Amino acid sequence: MRIEAEHLTYIYGPGLPWEKRALDDVSLRIEEGEFVGLVGETGSGKSTLVQLLNGILRPTSGRVLLDGVDLTDRRKPIWKARLQVGLVFQFPESQLFAETVAEDIAFGPRNLGLSQQEVSKRVEESLLKVGLEPALFRQRSPFTLSGGEKRLVAIAGILAMWPRVLIVDEVTAGLDPRGKRDILTRIKLLHRNERATVIMISHDMDEIVSLVERVVVLKSGRICRQGQTTEVFSDEESLAGCGIRLPTIPQILSSLVKAGWRLPVSIFDVREAARLIAQEYHHGTV
Amino acid sequence: MALSDVVTLGQYIPGNSLLHRLDPRTKFLAAITLTILLFFVTKLTGYIFFLVLFLAVVTASGIPLRFLLRGLRPILFLILFTFIVQALFSQEGNVILQWGFLVIRDAGLWKAFFMSFRLTLLVLVTTLLTLVTSPIDLTDGLDRLFSFLHVLRIPVHEIAMMMTIALRFIPTLLDETDTIVKAQISRGAPLDRGNIFRRLRGFVAVLIPLFVSAFRRADELAQAMESRCYRGGEGRTRMRAMVLHWTDLWTALVALALGLVTLAFNWLAVP
Ligand SMILES: Nc1ncnc2c1ncn2[C@@H]1O[C@H](COP(=O)(O)OP(=O)(O)OP(=O)(O)O)[C@@H](O)[C@H]1O
Ligand SMILES: [Mg+2]
Repeated sequence: MRIEAEHLTYIYGPGLPWEKRALDDVSLRIEEGEFVGLVGETGSGKSTLVQLLNGILRPTSGRVLLDGVDLTDRRKPIWKARLQVGLVFQFPESQLFAETVAEDIAFGPRNLGLSQQEVSKRVEESLLKVGLEPALFRQRSPFTLSGGEKRLVAIAGILAMWPRVLIVDEVTAGLDPRGKRDILTRIKLLHRNERATVIMISHDMDEIVSLVERVVVLKSGRICRQGQTTEVFSDEESLAGCGIRLPTIPQILSSLVKAGWRLPVSIFDVREAARLIAQEYHHGTV
Repeated sequence: MALSDVVTLGQYIPGNSLLHRLDPRTKFLAAITLTILLFFVTKLTGYIFFLVLFLAVVTASGIPLRFLLRGLRPILFLILFTFIVQALFSQEGNVILQWGFLVIRDAGLWKAFFMSFRLTLLVLVTTLLTLVTSPIDLTDGLDRLFSFLHVLRIPVHEIAMMMTIALRFIPTLLDETDTIVKAQISRGAPLDRGNIFRRLRGFVAVLIPLFVSAFRRADELAQAMESRCYRGGEGRTRMRAMVLHWTDLWTALVALALGLVTLAFNWLAVP
């Protein structure tokens, strides 16, 4: 599904003492099957932008088109179109409510009006997709799960609606390294196997470069930079101007370059970086 | 629109106006005075003077009037209801409109108008008080003001503390409700479409997570307070001592004087 955002502006509490222009004239185009990273410092408007993309917020001005269908059109009942963009909110575990994991995941598909049979099928399937064994988790209470498991269940709840676009907002925040890795692996597989369009918000640049093909950098509600991951993360200066630091490996490489080494900066793979450093060390100018 | 844009009660807007700087006790007493005054005023001139006085106070506070008026939205229904009941069921005065068994009399209409006016201003005065006083100041003030009730074995401090906490968490819980509502709508919850029964069913998906999180918050807060050795008001000293300044005295005197003037205006004839 193609997403087009045209001149999106969003103002929180217009006319109030704390009026806040969270987004300011943002235009964006995301093609079917892309994996896009959305980054930016705290309060730069990332969560606001994705809430506009799934139609849960209406822009103060501007339009959002999903495959050419205008989400902001007030005259059409758009709730079904909107559900094709599955948004996993920041800390999604706070929305779990049902008595069992299966019931909770079934909430979305039921709201779509699907048959009981179809609903159970999707519940099983989504549990498998996020890597939770249905037999072990189906009947558990969501409130007895670990933090990482809760989050996986929340993601399964969105996947069960078969969205054509998956948006995850800081989905690994506050999880242990293993929980992080599990979730990221699952998202990667979803993108690869199901050709899902994925938009990922994250503060962890290492996470971003290991997964996404294209990044969009926001700063104070405006797009500060966007482009291919390798390209955006090769320019330390302009990135710093957007309030973003380089991922770990380019940071190391960049320090070496400053110390006189002749190395490329935009390498994100540890082994590749190690090989280049070793090579430069043995045969280089240092 | 976010819920916290609609409900203004309990939202403190930091500022540095005269009203912000006054001692909370003075503000509380002044608000009480205004409220009592509201019940003594019975004539049009009195109401007009009261309104002018109140608008002057609002201007001095630096709070946008538009924002203050938002506080009325949740009780708009109540005000309208009061107006209609008063207008229709009053037995005094001359009939000015009759339609079947519905009779509207001139005195009834006046009364309806004044009653809704009173109710409106009552809410506005209270809202203004919470807008210019931080919750901590407010409850500290109440705590001190009513500490004499301690003699009657009324746990003044504990009640004040509970009030602070309740006030403090209104905006937080509203924001949280907002997020949960959005999350469930994103899962297709029928909160904004369909008939009332469908909508109510959707609300379960909002209420449960909200309760869970409210209990969690309460628990965390209790632990945080206990780990800092909070054990009620007994023997507790204050970090910020409250001192009455000359401005407080002046404000009190001016408030008193204005109260008398309002009453004077009230008795200046004109029904
Ligand atoms: N409900 C709200 N009412 C008023 N202002 C808000 C509201 N939600 C967000 N904002 C403001 O809008 C701006 C953008 O917020 P947003 O949540 O989109 O940022 P973000 O990029 O997701 O930040 P983070 O990385 O911290 O999640 C912030 O300055 C924030 O304070
Ligand atoms: Mg955010």
